[in-house]
Amino acid sequence: MSVDIVLTVNGTRRTIPIPDPRTTLLDLLREGLHLTGAKKGCDRGQCGACTVLVDGRRINSCLALAVSLDGAEVLTIEGLAEGDHLHPVQEAFIAHDGFQCGFCTPGQIMSAVGLIREAQAGNDPERVREAMSGNLCRCGAYAGITEAVLEAQGAMSQHTIRDSATRQGEAA
Amino acid sequence: MIPFEYVRATDVADAVAAGGAPGAAYLAAGTNLLDLMKGGVSRPTRLVDITRLPGLAAVERRDDGSVRIGALVRNSDLAHDPAFARTYPAVAEALLSGASAQLRNAATAAGNVMQRTRCPYFTDTGSACNKREPGSGCDARGGETRLHAVLGWSEACIATHPSDFCVPLVALDAVVEIAGPAGTRSVPLDAFHRLPGDAPERETVLEPGELVTVLVLPPEAARFSGHSRYLKVRDRTSYAFAVVSAAASLRLDGGRIAEARLALGGVALKPWRAREAEAVLAGRAPDEAAFRAAADAALAGARPSGDNAFKIELARRLVVRAFQRAAAGTPERLPALPGSAFAPASEAAHV
Repeated sequence: MSVDIVLTVNGTRRTIPIPDPRTTLLDLLREGLHLTGAKKGCDRGQCGACTVLVDGRRINSCLALAVSLDGAEVLTIEGLAEGDHLHPVQEAFIAHDGFQCGFCTPGQIMSAVGLIREAQAGNDPERVREAMSGNLCRCGAYAGITEAVLEAQGAMSQHTIRDSATRQGEAA
Repeated sequence: MIPFEYVRATDVADAVAAGGAPGAAYLAAGTNLLDLMKGGVSRPTRLVDITRLPGLAAVERRDDGSVRIGALVRNSDLAHDPAFARTYPAVAEALLSGASAQLRNAATAAGNVMQRTRCPYFTDTGSACNKREPGSGCDARGGETRLHAVLGWSEACIATHPSDFCVPLVALDAVVEIAGPAGTRSVPLDAFHRLPGDAPERETVLEPGELVTVLVLPPEAARFSGHSRYLKVRDRTSYAFAVVSAAASLRLDGGRIAEARLALGGVALKPWRAREAEAVLAGRAPDEAAFRAAADAALAGARPSGDNAFKIELARRLVVRAFQRAAAGTPERLPALPGSAFAPASEAAHV
């Protein structure tokens, strides 16, 4: 029995038929919506390559049933940049060589975006490493990844300070 | 994964009615269940989605000082709830020492309690496992047993319960509220998980259709906030299950231990409350000799189930260290590596 669900994927709200309730969010994204940025690494919640944001929180999309997420907002790596303007986390991964083969990178970047939103790590590299432990990188780009997360977080908080200063200026 | 019928429950009565059918299983985040279904270990023919049940996703503080943790509260939300973490720091530390940030964002409080063992012979459908297939035998016996139980095991099953969260909860006398076809009931968490005996397939006291709705910490659990720690030895410092863990809490009065609480993880098929150790500590000064005596009492009944005798001594040492850290006081902020027994230099213990 097919069930229709509504998902907002990268800002676009859409009704999606789910013919088989066994479909994970990851399989729906990759096979149904042709958003192949989220990767199927282990498919068992161990590697983090499938990380996406659901309602603003990073999760393993391989361990979520799509039919259960009816009504959710999903953000994938494809929805991160604004046109040709890369997200600060994407820019920082390039600047700090936060990858080699690139397979884990969409998951690493989405996890980093989630980490920065959670605002628990501060600028402590140890806390960043701990908070990124759900994303494995077999090339071993961890040092660059940690630097990239810290730099992007700093850049984003500068943006926030600048944005709020601009707003205050406009208000005055 | 075999095909299943998907049912979305709208309230608890609806869920319980749908969940009582043979072959039914409850679905919350599914972080453990889906993994087991993909491996063919769990084969439900109906999934009852409980994620929409109203009122079960909140942490509620009562005037009597108790706190009610809704079944659907996400692990990360509970750990990062400032008032909760301040009052029950060992619970927050245990939560954050478990799994990964992604899994904690999805996994629920009741799902954590209900999670299955990570015994590799249970998850490998090519191995004999009395828990997965009653009467089939136990290939863990005589196999790779480094991480298996040292307390409360039986010839039929030597698996352990993998939860971190449950360890401080059981030390703090948490109670499980259950809804079922015959109404609601409450069971102490200490009595919720069953030791294997000769029926390891029966993992909890839940009857068919029964659903965990709330975890309750009684008012007394808040007395230990100043002196509580959760320490966890694992094969890597993050994103790994416990080899051995310990939740230690103290209530100090005039330089003496007024009351102690201790539970161990990774040692048995349930979170292991060590009341004998607590009795040893009552009235004593919080010093190493007392903590060693408590550790000896906690592990007095331990015996290896294979190549894991080291876990008994490891657990003793961890109990001592957890109590030493608890006596020193709950840290102002949770450590960067929650539950790590290998503290940074500023609070390094003598090894």
